[in-house]
Amino acid sequence: MSKVQTQSEQSKDKKQWEPKIIAFLCNWCSYAGADLAGVSRIQYPSNIRIVRVPCSGRINPFFIIKSLLRGWDGVVVSGCHPGDCHYISGNLVARRRFAILQDLLTLFGIDPDRVTFMWSSASEGDRFATLIKKVTNNVKKLGPNKKFEPEW
Amino acid sequence: MTEAKKEIKVTGNERPKIGVYICHCGVNIGGVVSVPDLVEYAKTLPNVEVAQEYKFFCSDVGQKIIKGDIEAGLVNRVVVAACSPRMHEPTFRITCKEAGLNQFLFEMANIREHSTWVHMRDPEGAYEIAKDHIRMAIAKARELKPLEVQKVKVEPSCLIIGGGVAGMNAALDLATEGYKVYLVEKTPTIGGHMAQLDKTFPTMDCSSCILTPKMSEVSREKNIELLTYSEVVEVSGFIGNFEVTILKKPHYVDQEKCTGCGVCVDYCPVVVGNEFDLGLATRKAIYIPFPQAVPGQYTIDMDNCIKCGICARIDVCEPEAINYDDKPEYLKIKVGTIIVATGWDLYDPTELKQYGYGRYPNVITGLQMERLLSSFGPVIGKPVRPSDLKEPHSIAFLQCVGSRNFREGGNKYCSRVCCMYATKQARQYKEKHPDADIYIFYMDIRAFGKGYEEFYESAGQNYGINFMRGRIAEVIEDDNHNIIIRAEDTLLQQPIELTVDLFILSCGLEPRADADIITSLLRIQRSADGFFLEAHPKLRPVDTLTEGIFIAGVAQGPKDIPDAVAQAKGAASSAATLMAQGEVEIEPFFAVVRPERCIGCGMCVENCAYGAIELVEDRRFGTVAKINEALCKGCGACSGNCRCSAIDIIGFTGEQIFSIIMGGEL
Repeated sequence: MSKVQTQSEQSKDKKQWEPKIIAFLCNWCSYAGADLAGVSRIQYPSNIRIVRVPCSGRINPFFIIKSLLRGWDGVVVSGCHPGDCHYISGNLVARRRFAILQDLLTLFGIDPDRVTFMWSSASEGDRFATLIKKVTNNVKKLGPNKKFEPEW
Repeated sequence: MTEAKKEIKVTGNERPKIGVYICHCGVNIGGVVSVPDLVEYAKTLPNVEVAQEYKFFCSDVGQKIIKGDIEAGLVNRVVVAACSPRMHEPTFRITCKEAGLNQFLFEMANIREHSTWVHMRDPEGAYEIAKDHIRMAIAKARELKPLEVQKVKVEPSCLIIGGGVAGMNAALDLATEGYKVYLVEKTPTIGGHMAQLDKTFPTMDCSSCILTPKMSEVSREKNIELLTYSEVVEVSGFIGNFEVTILKKPHYVDQEKCTGCGVCVDYCPVVVGNEFDLGLATRKAIYIPFPQAVPGQYTIDMDNCIKCGICARIDVCEPEAINYDDKPEYLKIKVGTIIVATGWDLYDPTELKQYGYGRYPNVITGLQMERLLSSFGPVIGKPVRPSDLKEPHSIAFLQCVGSRNFREGGNKYCSRVCCMYATKQARQYKEKHPDADIYIFYMDIRAFGKGYEEFYESAGQNYGINFMRGRIAEVIEDDNHNIIIRAEDTLLQQPIELTVDLFILSCGLEPRADADIITSLLRIQRSADGFFLEAHPKLRPVDTLTEGIFIAGVAQGPKDIPDAVAQAKGAASSAATLMAQGEVEIEPFFAVVRPERCIGCGMCVENCAYGAIELVEDRRFGTVAKINEALCKGCGACSGNCRCSAIDIIGFTGEQIFSIIMGGEL
């Protein structure tokens, strides 16, 4: 395991820094949309790591903070469009929660741009790709997430 | 059976032994990233006992490799790194089950749709993603626990929304198989758009001759409850157990008493445009949409009725069926499956100003021409032009109006029926008026169906219909309301100007204007063109992403009558498959409460869209939340909001997600 880590550290040094973004996608809209982007071979930056969750409402703010603590450079949560939620209102619950979380992040000294909440439906592969491009650029501008790195 | 013998007991507490199976998927994955390198990488990860590669793990041989390792006791968790779990998760779950391993001890890493396909021009990036996705899947696999599948009963009844040719065929199939069918139609009659057509291509069958018997069959069938002039207003529940509320709009005519004699129509003083004839004819405020309507009882259109009371007179309505105080009724039903067959709207060409629709009287749509040609239409099948009611000598058709348009106005897709219906209408007119001049302006003729090409060939060869390749730039009108067409013949490469008596726009098909209501009622998805989205474009063309809900006909995408009927029968068969089983297995992904952590704040109760959570008094922990598993769908809105982390979602537990977050290599 340690060998692998050194390898990746070396490659990190060699190349320009690339952000790593964790994306929580709801199973019914956004994950299907990401699949569609794949099926349609729409290219987008390879900075995203996708986690499937049942609904954007499943995402506890803990998960986002934990991700930033772990060192992910950005976090994306994507759900169905308002009104189209597979679980009636999970995405609206999530939206309320993230509106508050954004303020909390500022309080922590984290740029709220590191955390993106978005909608994308099962048919919007191109929209998904466009949004991911945007998010990646935003996070790139912010630089590496070193806020929680131990100082020693 | 032997299955019980070889079952592998996994409690979830022993040391995880993870088998990682990385699929080449032909060249889809293997052609972009080095699968052997991924295998070597996977072997370095903790708890990984076996890491293997194969061309196609979804194949029989591939599945045998996995089964062999399970049966040999080498692994007790399985990770397959291949395509999207939406594609093959069920396949590999069954593989695990057949080998005796609990099917929920399986996790998929998506390295095709989310890696090699979207980053095929960036193999390094794709490799990094594949590594991380495998690593994250292994991280989740470590936390997997065996689960018991839940079984739910499927009500042997089906709700079909839309009583067009697709809805009717699905209804008849299901009813004949013995299932209860609720056929809901928003207009006062079933039949849909097919009832408006005169003849059908390419066989020239009379549309009503083949449709009307079906309509009366639907009304006779005792297993079909026909709910015309009704709308679905609420849907709750899930596969096998949908609870549906249907609004029965008031007819203001007692449907039991009305004999359909039609005397009231002669007396009604209110004249309005007839929707069925697309404004080419009139109807009264009390009406049936067309003579063969099923059911044949009358309806009062209250938007236009002046409540003069004449129709209610005893000498007009002998059975005393008129009831001005009729009230809307709400009907609550429980169904196991739902088929959406809501059909289409015609593209409105008014926005394409260059073609003059709505400005020049002699510019009409293809569907209006269909009414003019119809033997029970406003002119009894002898088309005349609207401006002076003269029989047109020259007619021009323009194809792809509102279809195949990548610029402003209209839709991008091909509507699939317009080439054929224009050719059919041209032939019909030519049969009656052999000396007429007919021009069809087209981009490409798409005669793809059975007998279509022959039909098109014959239209040019035997009927002398002129097919002109080229778009029309603009049309103007002369003093006699003749239409002057300016176009380019792209085959001869020269501009042409042509004067015709009647100009017909072959408009395409569009999703229903109220499709978004259905979308949010049923929580199904729509594709970019606005039609309802199928679960898989090739292999699950009648399923939606919501289990138990199917789509049929043009609601899913433009199609002609044979295709719509075929799809309706497919949807009926899929629905029947579910209902015949009597019960289905559902994923046991529910919320669970850890009462020792719960403080009883009630946030989860507020957030639950299904009313599945209530606060109860616990002897040891005081007020705590309690989940009703029968109602819970496992969305996790409760868990996402729980400040004490007291609620978890089985299948997507906090521990699993934390493990994934920590698992990515940073």
